[in-house]
Amino acid sequence: MDYNFHWRPVFRKIDDLLAAGLVTMEVATLAMLCGIVVGLILALMKMYGNRPLRAVAYCWIEIARNTPALLQLFFFGFGLGALGIHLSPFLIVLFGLSFNNAGYLAETFRGGFKAIPNTQIRAARSLGMSTTQTYLRIAIPQVFRIVYHPMTNQLVWSVLMSSLGMLVGIRELSGETQFLAFKTFRIFEYFLATAIIYYAIVKIILGLSWLIGRRLFRY
Amino acid sequence: METSAAPTIAFFTAFKSSDFLFLGEAALRTLLISVIAISSGSLFGLIFGWILAEFNRYMTSILSLILDLFRSVPLIIQLILFYNFFPIIGLPLSPFVAGTIVLIIYTASLVAQVARSGIEATPLPMRRASRSLGMTYFQDIRYVVFPIGLRAVLPAWTGVALGVLKDSALVSVLGYVELLRASQILVTRTQEPFIIFAVVGGFYFMLSYPIARITDRLEKRWQYD
Repeated sequence: MDYNFHWRPVFRKIDDLLAAGLVTMEVATLAMLCGIVVGLILALMKMYGNRPLRAVAYCWIEIARNTPALLQLFFFGFGLGALGIHLSPFLIVLFGLSFNNAGYLAETFRGGFKAIPNTQIRAARSLGMSTTQTYLRIAIPQVFRIVYHPMTNQLVWSVLMSSLGMLVGIRELSGETQFLAFKTFRIFEYFLATAIIYYAIVKIILGLSWLIGRRLFRY
Repeated sequence: METSAAPTIAFFTAFKSSDFLFLGEAALRTLLISVIAISSGSLFGLIFGWILAEFNRYMTSILSLILDLFRSVPLIIQLILFYNFFPIIGLPLSPFVAGTIVLIIYTASLVAQVARSGIEATPLPMRRASRSLGMTYFQDIRYVVFPIGLRAVLPAWTGVALGVLKDSALVSVLGYVELLRASQILVTRTQEPFIIFAVVGGFYFMLSYPIARITDRLEKRWQYD
């Protein structure tokens, strides 16, 4: 083994890596928020929409779930570029991940809504609540409790998937690492540091969600 | 239209029907690497899951930590790390071998969790009952735990398998020409990314969607049995 590990370049750039880690968290969180909103709409469309709305939701969900996330990113990046729509790398990753998250979350939400007994909805309605009230006060709080853990998992996936952004040119954690690694040719060292940072990010997210979940669902 | 004297060389040629053949071949390679990864990964994952479920928690903490590492680091980083690690110890691997090994470990780490929850899905009194009826440990696993656990976790396992099928696209980063890499090659030649990515998306969809549907149906049927 005639390879010498050089860790100094990594330590010198550790600030850059951590800053890029914040970009990763930013894009993953934003994509998650968009995904929740769109996913909720998709789930409702699939359950209560008329035929065309159901078809749109069905296609979105199945395409998002049955094609690779990387291909979706390429599609948003280069595919749309061919149609004259040029997005910045950040937007490519944001849209691609939101598209993917929405598809997966829609199914999660649908499962959550299915788990609410229909009798509860009817009871609320017969007590004189409006549809909106029924959903906001009876259904959604319970659905949220059911989908809380799947949503946490999806956020973790979102962070992990954002690493694909390095292939479309965003300078988040992976992209920054690639940039630095190929500048210094310390590929293994840089990527090992990045792997550790990713692990830390994932653990922080899981820990926070555990704490928040314990606070939210005490009863 | 003007005609030039010197013949122009066409750098970019349009998407031809023969390109479907190229993509089809690449799809077979995607299928090959995924089938290897899913089958061996599931086998290892089953063993790991069994160890995690049946042995003392403190004894298996190292195993669960290692599996957790593979779940918490992006696959693309794992691939790059692994691919760049072997030349360091003087043993360069081909993209296919490196990619397959990483995918197998990754699959195993995911399946281990699934298998563990499958084993834990069998109520303990039931297993005690089977043991008191005179079944051996392996009979208990084979005839009691396996059927119940399989029903409980088949959807989760299919989710993992389809995830690996899709994640095998990342092996393209190492240079293995599978479906996604093939599409990039075609895009470079034809300069028609929109059509080609749509076609390749269709290929992936055809690989993944039927399996998802079959599992859905199976899951529904098993619910009512």
